[in-house]
Amino acid sequence: MSDTIKINVNNKDYDVESGQTIMQALDKIGFHLPRLCYHPKLSVEGACRICIVEVEGNANYVTSCTAKVAEGMKVKTNTSDLRKARRDLLELILDNHPIDCNTCERDSNCELQKVSRSIGIKKRHFSGEKKLYDIDLSSPSITRDPNKCILCGRCVRLCAEIQGVNAINFAGRGFNSVVMTAYNNPISSSVCINCGQCINVCPTAALSEKYYTVELFRELSSDKKLKIVQVAPAVRAAIGEAFGFPAGTNFEKQTVAALRKLGFDLVFDTQFSADLTIMEEGYEFLERFTTGRDLPMITSCSPAWIKYAEQFHPEILPNISTCKSPMSMQSSVLKTYYAQKRGIDPKDILSVAIMPCTAKKYEADREELSLDGVKLTDIVVTTREIAWMIKSAGIDLAKTEGEEFDNLFGFSSGAATIFGVTGGVMEAALRTAYEVYMGESIIDLEFAALRGFEGIKEAKVMLGDKEVRVAVAHGLGNANIVIDMMKKDPNRFHFIEIMSCPGGCINGGGQPYAGSEYVALDEELLKKRASVLYALDRAKTIRRSHENPEIQRIYKEFFERPLGPKSHKILHTHYKQKYPTGVYKK
Amino acid sequence: MENVMQTSETVSNKKSELISFISEKHEKGYYNAALMSILHKAQEIYGYISEEAIDTISTKMEIPSARIWGIVTFYHYFTLIPRGKYIISVCLGTACYVKGSKRVLNKLKEILGTELNETTSDGLFTIEAKYCLGCCGLAPVMMINGKVYEKLTTKKIAAIIHGLRAESDLDFAAAVN
Repeated sequence: MSDTIKINVNNKDYDVESGQTIMQALDKIGFHLPRLCYHPKLSVEGACRICIVEVEGNANYVTSCTAKVAEGMKVKTNTSDLRKARRDLLELILDNHPIDCNTCERDSNCELQKVSRSIGIKKRHFSGEKKLYDIDLSSPSITRDPNKCILCGRCVRLCAEIQGVNAINFAGRGFNSVVMTAYNNPISSSVCINCGQCINVCPTAALSEKYYTVELFRELSSDKKLKIVQVAPAVRAAIGEAFGFPAGTNFEKQTVAALRKLGFDLVFDTQFSADLTIMEEGYEFLERFTTGRDLPMITSCSPAWIKYAEQFHPEILPNISTCKSPMSMQSSVLKTYYAQKRGIDPKDILSVAIMPCTAKKYEADREELSLDGVKLTDIVVTTREIAWMIKSAGIDLAKTEGEEFDNLFGFSSGAATIFGVTGGVMEAALRTAYEVYMGESIIDLEFAALRGFEGIKEAKVMLGDKEVRVAVAHGLGNANIVIDMMKKDPNRFHFIEIMSCPGGCINGGGQPYAGSEYVALDEELLKKRASVLYALDRAKTIRRSHENPEIQRIYKEFFERPLGPKSHKILHTHYKQKYPTGVYKK
Repeated sequence: MENVMQTSETVSNKKSELISFISEKHEKGYYNAALMSILHKAQEIYGYISEEAIDTISTKMEIPSARIWGIVTFYHYFTLIPRGKYIISVCLGTACYVKGSKRVLNKLKEILGTELNETTSDGLFTIEAKYCLGCCGLAPVMMINGKVYEKLTTKKIAAIIHGLRAESDLDFAAAVN
């Protein structure tokens, strides 16, 4: 219960709810204070001090993100002393910053830049020592540049509070403070799971994905290989944002056309292999469900989740589905079935994946996911990287006429489309599993209980007289809770879907930055992106994976049946326990 | 040589001493709140905060090692570099300085072939600076493992170091036999 109280802001009275911070109250009545360390989804740190306000009766300025409103409080937000103090604070931050904006990848999309402009920094009053640290390029997914870091601590809090990984923390003190891994080891040998959520909340470019754009441009300009690209479902739901279109605009067909313009020979849809995943995973689930072996079964599409499980929950590895992720399945099929069909050497195929995900770069490098020593996915680029490449090649997405995916691996069911959003894999699997098990069509295809952005969703589905208990978790903090539930009561669930990123792939670590209208992890933004995928699903006549004619053909021509010997070799894999720095043998 | 010659047995002794200290704290009902005193204990046992110490504390207390690393690097008291068997604290306070403590320090550096806050390659000596040891009447002074050496001269210093090296050799011989 919160009461309404009166506060005075800049000599005008307002009624606000008690119990909230000054910043929250001001946001609601239309004063947006500049801020850097504050993030609505994370705990409050009060580190940057940019959001200070003047409160009558206080000798010092108050950080509005930490102080609560009180009855009769008199707040000033824009006096000239306050502006001067804010400017000095920000200047001291900028003083240690490289300010290499015109060569920085976050130029025009940088929170530090925006705040500097809004505070009105023109003349520089201070100059002093700059930081000079090595850039950590060790990880295939995440790059850390401590020189650009302003020590706001959002990444540290996100890694601990939302993902429960604790890969990074502040180390040292004063001017020598750096956000680093334990023992200052390279990220690649740390417990970092490559989810890239830290990139999304970073106000600068101190954290970013490892770029493969130069390499990809080089490959695209050569004709030695057959250049094949696949596009993940979540990419089409968000790529428009990178071009200034409002969130929630579908860019499926324009993306396909733009990729052809970039020089790809064939543009395939990862959704095709999402359908393939459902065939394998759905049958695998039914096999486990009927025999009772290794239940509950847990999904395996999220590479960051796989690494998390290998490090922190090795005892549940047998419960994880042996299916490769859709990206790896697609690449596997390209370098086996497709190469055979076209009569070319798999080594002459360049398999590129456009993913909303930074951890997919790590997945592509995994040895478990190569086939007879051949790397399956050659290059993975994120939505952000491909958006930049499209811009850099001078392609105008708005003027690009939409085109269709190429045949063979270009058709997908509605079930595959919703893979990109939390609950989607489960929903897609249930659509197929129900029909296979019951031998009849399911009437209501949309499982309302599995949709939405609640951290953990539980549901019961009846397969005839048998009850299937399922759980869906997104964000690894939530996944951890579900795994603990499962360890306490192994019979509680039959099937668990886990996506590492809050909201699922639509909020992946490689998706466009939230921009100025939203903040990272904003549920309103996620709803808009999800609505694109749900609308695409609803618009399709084929909404179940096993009805996809291309899927039926590949089983007829190549795999014979789900879980058959061929699919076992090509589409399945196994994982084992990992000991990065910070995980110790007990 | 001392550090190199440590057997795996002595290493595990240190670890088990740390583990029993942690369990002691847990039995008294102190968990995360005891971290600082446990880190102090670790430094006492190992002479510095070793990776093994952080690993052990992290596993036993279920605190992420990145967080422990953050704490250890924040406080000046904790050292991440192995320290010598003998910690030589040279007083650079006013009285000692006037009486020539700078020369004491230089002589030590020369004999030991090492710098301030560093440890000799044999793992025996670490030189550190202190600002007044509270016995100005005896200036210039240095303190080695709690024992004060007074009215130093360069000759005296050479003799002291020589004596300590001999003492250490005897200790080692005794340990081996």
